[in-house]
Amino acid sequence: MNVLINNSELFITGFKNTGILFVFSAFFALILGTIVAGMRVSPAPAMRGAGTFYVNAVRNTPLTLILAFFALGYPQLGLPQISFMNAAIVGLSLYTATYVSEAIRSGINTVSVGQSEAARAIGLPFMQTLTLIVLPQAFRSVVPPLFSVFIALLKNTTVAAGFSVLEAGAIRAYLSERGEPLLPGLLWVALIFVVLVLAILTPLQRYLEKKWRVAR
Amino acid sequence: MTGCGGDTGGGGTEGAGGGGDAAGLSFDVAKDVALTGSPTFDAIKSSGKITIGVKEDQPGLGYFNAATGVRSGFDIEIATWMAASLGVAADKIDFKPIPSANRESALANGDVDLYVGTYSITDKRKKLVDFAGPYFVTGQGLLVAKDNTDITSEKDLAGKKVCSATGSTPIQNIRDNFPEATPVEFDIYSKCVDALKSGTVDAVTTDQAILLGFASQEPDKLKVVGEPFTTENYGIGLPLGDTALQTFLNTTLTDGNATWTKIFDATLGKSGTKVEQPAVEK
Repeated sequence: MNVLINNSELFITGFKNTGILFVFSAFFALILGTIVAGMRVSPAPAMRGAGTFYVNAVRNTPLTLILAFFALGYPQLGLPQISFMNAAIVGLSLYTATYVSEAIRSGINTVSVGQSEAARAIGLPFMQTLTLIVLPQAFRSVVPPLFSVFIALLKNTTVAAGFSVLEAGAIRAYLSERGEPLLPGLLWVALIFVVLVLAILTPLQRYLEKKWRVAR
Repeated sequence: MTGCGGDTGGGGTEGAGGGGDAAGLSFDVAKDVALTGSPTFDAIKSSGKITIGVKEDQPGLGYFNAATGVRSGFDIEIATWMAASLGVAADKIDFKPIPSANRESALANGDVDLYVGTYSITDKRKKLVDFAGPYFVTGQGLLVAKDNTDITSEKDLAGKKVCSATGSTPIQNIRDNFPEATPVEFDIYSKCVDALKSGTVDAVTTDQAILLGFASQEPDKLKVVGEPFTTENYGIGLPLGDTALQTFLNTTLTDGNATWTKIFDATLGKSGTKVEQPAVEK
């Protein structure tokens, strides 16, 4: 307990930044992932190709490399400078979006083909078929895998500590330099992560599952 | 107390040591060492080997040349000297690279017998490990690009991006005492130096001894500016409670005056700096 109290400002700053990274990355990843999933089922081959290339290229690259690019490589490209925090949000969003996309695509596959045929029969174009008919049904069935993706994202935020973002992953290095015992410090970090998942993400998942339950 | 850094002034161009070449020193290996009451020494004696934790990315202090497989630097030579005084020859030393954040646990878990790698003695750390020494005194300094004229001392840091290792004492000092500077932190110093060379950050800060080592590698691109603005005492880390070993190593440091100077001249002293060996803590 002493470790937590003596370094409360460190834990608060760390987890506040973890929260910021998580909320913004989850938001952007959900939007981008949905768009990419839509691209991957679109009738246009160019769209499908672009979506498939993005997912395969980014999903198969280690997150550390993606963040390293945004923290160390991007500033040298002569583009507008962004803070390390924003760079980490961009990197995490791009990375997580590929997993979101695949989760949603698996949901799209559960929507029976008759649904989109019926949509086309009443004259809806692809975009409306997707956004009005297919995606709302797809989302209901992907709540559990989507939350697994977001829980993974919450933990993946700790990678940003290596790239100049003071978040929960950096707490260990600070504690060690302050001469605090390392093991209790690490246990506190782990415990807070578990609490975050159990107190926020799990209830949200349960709520959404209940709300969107389909009678089968 | 005369610090190394205190004497170097702005002389970053000459730099220290340069990584890669062994200093060519040799130490007399002690025979029949009498040291009782030290569990660490008993373990060393029964195995005939010693494991010493070091840094390997700090030219001039603790550096590992991956191409030649040679370790070099001031800390490495100090470690070899200590091993020799304990009766262990240089070829029986198992050097183990341990990053800063894992030093206390490596000593507590017995992964290493000693740690010699820019390890500052602090009161908090003394609760977790014991220190012999200090064997070197330095302080926080600044490394900037060669053509940088904006930053001449720590007073010029307002509005600048200043880089150091994640969570390190220097970066905490910047956060606490230089609120107008922007702290940037990567896990290792060499990433900071890369960021400095590419212009992503304006200055790198840590102990001046470490910075002199980097400056010496690339004197055309980097320079050390200003005077050290803190005091750091480097000690030899050893497992907590091993007072017998601590006393023994302190005696070795105190009684081997010429040895220390020889080691310094062959490594960091190549920068032309003259430094006296600091007295050990009683």
